[in-house]
Amino acid sequence: MEIRAIGCEPLQLKRMHIENGHTLRVYQETGGYTSLKKALGMTPDAIIQEVKDSALRGRGGAGFPTGMKWSFVPKETPKSKFIVCNADESEPGSFKDRYLMERDPHSMIEGMIIAGWALGAKTGYIYTRGEYKYLIDIMDVALAEARSAGMLGRNIFGSGFDMDIHTHTGAGAYICGEETALLSSLEGYRGHPRLKPPFPAVEGLYASPTVVNNVETFTSVPQIIEMGGIAWRDLGTEKSGGTKLWSISGHVKKPGVYELPMGYADMEKFIMEDCGGMLRDDKKLKAVIPGGSSVYIMNAGQIIGQNVPLDYEGLVAAGSMLGTGGMMVMDETVDIMETTKNLSEFYKHESCGWCTPCREGTDWIVKIFNRIADGGGRPEDAKLLLDICDNIEGKSFCPLGDAAAWPVQSAIKQFPEDFRTWLADKTAGNGVMPNV
Amino acid sequence: MAAATPTSYTDKILYSTEVAEFSPAIIEEMRSHVAKYPADRSRSALIPLLMLVQRERGWVDNAGVNFLAKFLGLEVTDVWETATFYSMFNLRPVGRHHIQICKTLSCRIMGEPDITEHICSKLGIHPGETTEDGKFTVTMVECLGSCGTAPMMQVNFDYHEDLTIEKVDKILADAE
Repeated sequence: MEIRAIGCEPLQLKRMHIENGHTLRVYQETGGYTSLKKALGMTPDAIIQEVKDSALRGRGGAGFPTGMKWSFVPKETPKSKFIVCNADESEPGSFKDRYLMERDPHSMIEGMIIAGWALGAKTGYIYTRGEYKYLIDIMDVALAEARSAGMLGRNIFGSGFDMDIHTHTGAGAYICGEETALLSSLEGYRGHPRLKPPFPAVEGLYASPTVVNNVETFTSVPQIIEMGGIAWRDLGTEKSGGTKLWSISGHVKKPGVYELPMGYADMEKFIMEDCGGMLRDDKKLKAVIPGGSSVYIMNAGQIIGQNVPLDYEGLVAAGSMLGTGGMMVMDETVDIMETTKNLSEFYKHESCGWCTPCREGTDWIVKIFNRIADGGGRPEDAKLLLDICDNIEGKSFCPLGDAAAWPVQSAIKQFPEDFRTWLADKTAGNGVMPNV
Repeated sequence: MAAATPTSYTDKILYSTEVAEFSPAIIEEMRSHVAKYPADRSRSALIPLLMLVQRERGWVDNAGVNFLAKFLGLEVTDVWETATFYSMFNLRPVGRHHIQICKTLSCRIMGEPDITEHICSKLGIHPGETTEDGKFTVTMVECLGSCGTAPMMQVNFDYHEDLTIEKVDKILADAE
């Protein structure tokens, strides 16, 4: 598997190939914790301004501007504030955070401490999916190193600021990547999302002001403090600042984690050249899901010759989304309806059951796919599936419902022939698909 | 929702009052988890402690749940409420080697069906079942964040990636 930067100096991936890059010693030898020292000499407002200037957008999938999220935390409050790192990486297609935690855990910790100082939070939690047990062990060691060297605990670097950070394990629930469900889980409850507002910045963990950010968001913070927000932004585009990690998997020769400047041109070059092109030379590109399973699937015609820039705006214009940057590539051997069924099973399994549209809708989508697969397809099935999606999308409690509807909607829209053929093959009748 | 949740666990909740016992070292480890959270928020430690109970007892059973309810000052139903939500908690015994095969998209298109077929026919069980000697359980799971090294499986907490039939044979042969 490849891990490398293309079109930029490695920032997120700076320590990926340095021996013992996960240790405090090597981290400091390569410039680590200098940003924290610098930040402790800055005012909290100045730090938040740098993060705003950087145009950093949350790397967990939603892409919300981080500086704005931070500015929602009330300055004056009698309550304790909390910093939470969302290390629940569970989006199908995404595996970048794993390598950040494995090989450079101090970057994330440094980012969290800077956030703590900027927002006045003295406690941080790293919520990690339970399957990443070996990473929790690595982070526990890193936190202990930071504590004994004075980066955590009382009077950090003589600044008078106190903070500690703890690891916390999840136990297998995709929904806990949604920030309010994560907070419910961190309180020891089922991972049910909460109504917003109030937003976590005002009432989050234990009903106290809380900032929840993704691992890669926190690892960006020391870079921003070191370089300055504007300089970091200018690595990317005006609206999508900095560099971004992409996880690429499926039918390419060189799957892996790639760091690209935001706005990298273009998607076709990235897949066909940087990632080595199609896994099997005689098979053509058929489909790409560019941002993790929760975004619209794209057909080859939306990519080849289209000059799609890899940033938030570019992928929206091309008919999909950046999401977490978990890019899954499929060649012509893939049956798009089988892959859509596979993702629908995922969402059915991971729906938390809290709200009816998502709980019932995801179940019905899978039931219909199964009925078709078993030979019971009906001409009206495309319309029926789209009807169900319409009853989930925008009507569920949290974005999981949208994420479940989009793969089905986009697969039927971008691959109507596949659906028609699939239905015809599986149906005793004529398999005619009505106009959708 | 945990799809593999057996429906029978409710019987055990109602009828068992057995409380598990743990060594002082394990109790100490439990306290170190509780200490991470504010004093009046010890329920936050519930999931880490359920993980610990499962590690020590092999699965999340009545006695372990009853212990945690007492230890954290919760109702038994509070503990079950949380335990039954998360797919990593085994609500019935599993084999010593819990083989969890990722079935989500990237693994699916990179060869997971062949791997699953091979493992199941070799062990003579279906997904969701345990071998008679109690050595292996096979479970199909959703994405484990190893898409670039697909297909993959996790055996207990160990990641096995870029799987081939040969690799799988070696993993099974090396399992005690």
